[in-house]
Amino acid sequence: MISRIQELYAYRQMIFSLVKKDLRGRYKGSVLGFLWTFINPLFQLVVYTIVFSFILKSGIEKYYLYLFVALIPWIFFSASITGGASCIVAQKDLVKKIYFPRQVIPISYVTSCFVNMLLSFLVIFVVVLCSGVGLNPLALLCLPVIMLVEYLLAIGMALLASAVTVYFKDLEHILGIVSMAWMYLTPIMYDSAIVPEEFRPIFNLNPMTHIIGCYRDVLYYARIPDLTSLASSFGLGLLFLVAGWMVFEKLQQHFAEEL
Amino acid sequence: MNQNEIVIDVQNITKKFKIYLDKGSQLKERLLFRSRNRYEEREVLRGISFQVRRGEAIGLIGHNGCGKSTTLKLLTKIMYPDSGTITMHGRVSSLIELGAGFHPDMSGRENIYTNASIFGLTKKEIDSRLEDIIRFSELEEFIDNPVRTYSSGMYMRLAFSVAINVDADILLIDEILGVGDANFQAKCFNKLREIKAKGTTIVIVSHSLGQIEQICERSIWIHEGVIRAQGDPKEIDLAYLEYMGQKIQERTAQELEEQAAREAQEAAEQAEKLPEEPEEEPEEVKKRWGNGNARIRRIHVCTADGREQRTFRTGDAVHIRVDYKVSKPVEDAVFGIGIFNRDGVQCYGTNTHIDKLPQFRLTESGSVEIRLHEVMLLPGDYLIDLAIESGDGIPVDYFREACRIEMISPIGDVGIVRIGHEWLRSSTEDEQK
Repeated sequence: MISRIQELYAYRQMIFSLVKKDLRGRYKGSVLGFLWTFINPLFQLVVYTIVFSFILKSGIEKYYLYLFVALIPWIFFSASITGGASCIVAQKDLVKKIYFPRQVIPISYVTSCFVNMLLSFLVIFVVVLCSGVGLNPLALLCLPVIMLVEYLLAIGMALLASAVTVYFKDLEHILGIVSMAWMYLTPIMYDSAIVPEEFRPIFNLNPMTHIIGCYRDVLYYARIPDLTSLASSFGLGLLFLVAGWMVFEKLQQHFAEEL
Repeated sequence: MNQNEIVIDVQNITKKFKIYLDKGSQLKERLLFRSRNRYEEREVLRGISFQVRRGEAIGLIGHNGCGKSTTLKLLTKIMYPDSGTITMHGRVSSLIELGAGFHPDMSGRENIYTNASIFGLTKKEIDSRLEDIIRFSELEEFIDNPVRTYSSGMYMRLAFSVAINVDADILLIDEILGVGDANFQAKCFNKLREIKAKGTTIVIVSHSLGQIEQICERSIWIHEGVIRAQGDPKEIDLAYLEYMGQKIQERTAQELEEQAAREAQEAAEQAEKLPEEPEEEPEEVKKRWGNGNARIRRIHVCTADGREQRTFRTGDAVHIRVDYKVSKPVEDAVFGIGIFNRDGVQCYGTNTHIDKLPQFRLTESGSVEIRLHEVMLLPGDYLIDLAIESGDGIPVDYFREACRIEMISPIGDVGIVRIGHEWLRSSTEDEQK
């Protein structure tokens, strides 16, 4: 495993060029080009504001912000799983013909989604400042840690999903449903306080519950996140990463034949 | 650097492939039709062991499907063996797929970065090689244009330049030395020799025995998943050629039987038709024309001792015998031959008229043979046209690309034909002695 990590480090330029290629290719040919990275989340925000301020009024103050700071990290996570599932299959020509550590593909896919999320965060910061909530500098220092934890978790899931999809193509579609269910089982649209007490332990097994909670602490409540929550999500993230890595390492041996 | 150090150690590797008779990898199919998941196991490699020392170049030869490309894929770690071990020391670069990850909309320069990164080079390493890569590709003027504007030759040149400049300790090459024009090929070959002189270990898979003989010290002949022979390329290649020659003979014997059966049927059908009716087969129209009064039936390409063969060494004798059938007498018949290289350049051509043979008349079926005593054509594929004409220049049966031969040679001279030569040298120093 150590030698594989060293090898991945040697292939860092490949990860970098794949990410660059993906980001450049994403909006290629469209008139507004890279601006879409900002326009997309902005319009989502507008829709949520209209719906939840005038139509479906919830009891939560500034619900649009409450939702928005949770939704952007969630979109990154769910894209990493659903899109990540097909990333090896999509690069089949490369995998069949050339040797490189196969982890490069899911890692660069997740990284490119991650970069996209970082850009969306520029919009979040602007909205947070405009909404009058304000930013707590000390809490903001925790933000990179939360992002890192989510990034590791997403890589773990993408490794798992992409490797299994090579052998079992249905997984791609199954994951679409799983991801939707997962979204509703994570307190994104509601507060975790409304979850019945007896379901809490199960609920807390979901690493995304903690991660979303931490994002919300920093950006919505402008307070330092609950450190036990952060630690447990880090632990769960690491667990998923190691599990995903091991499954991937085992399954990748027959990629070239299965594709 | 220790020349005897073993850098590739392959121990008794085996590989099976599952050939699914009806592959279903969808959930429904996996669950509902378990019995449908039947597959055949095909053993591609059945225990191969060999070792390669530092700086050595070896060639893997064998007919299609013998397992040589699979062996190479196992060496690159694209696939893993079912049993046995492979140990490799040093950075491995493979020239199996050229231009991996090329993006048509990006410039040549950007694609160099993408492509080289796939070989595991860091940005710094690519920066330092960039000049060499561009110079080698001869694309200085076009390097900032998008790759989609390149011709396929330019594309391959760029891809090859990246792959060859990776500076690997072990270079694995699969059937790719046929890129670009003859000049670029010669350049690639020189570069390979240069790389080898620096101590790089090279493994080549090729159908072209000539290429292997030029570079490699050792040939490994893989036959049905096991090593059949290995050693000096000249001996191994010859053994392989003889084996392939026999194969061709067996095959032609079979074809002959089939043809005899077909002819018998044809004759029966012909009896009902008018004799003048052309028997032209539609798919051959473009490659074959003439009034059809006589037709070439079979072509035998043989060595001097009469073995049918398709591959010859530069300088070998090639005997071509043509069996023909006459349906209407041909006055003042002329037989002709033309030999063309891959670029369509005629390398040689003659006929019985040019060679001032006495005129003759074709009345009944027979055969004619041309014995080319010393074919000095340099390595490559050659297509041969054969023709029967009547004295007034009317084609009776002109058969374009009637057969194909391959020339091989261990000598690295370049051009179209080898011209007999010797070097003489004198210098004042020598005279003083």
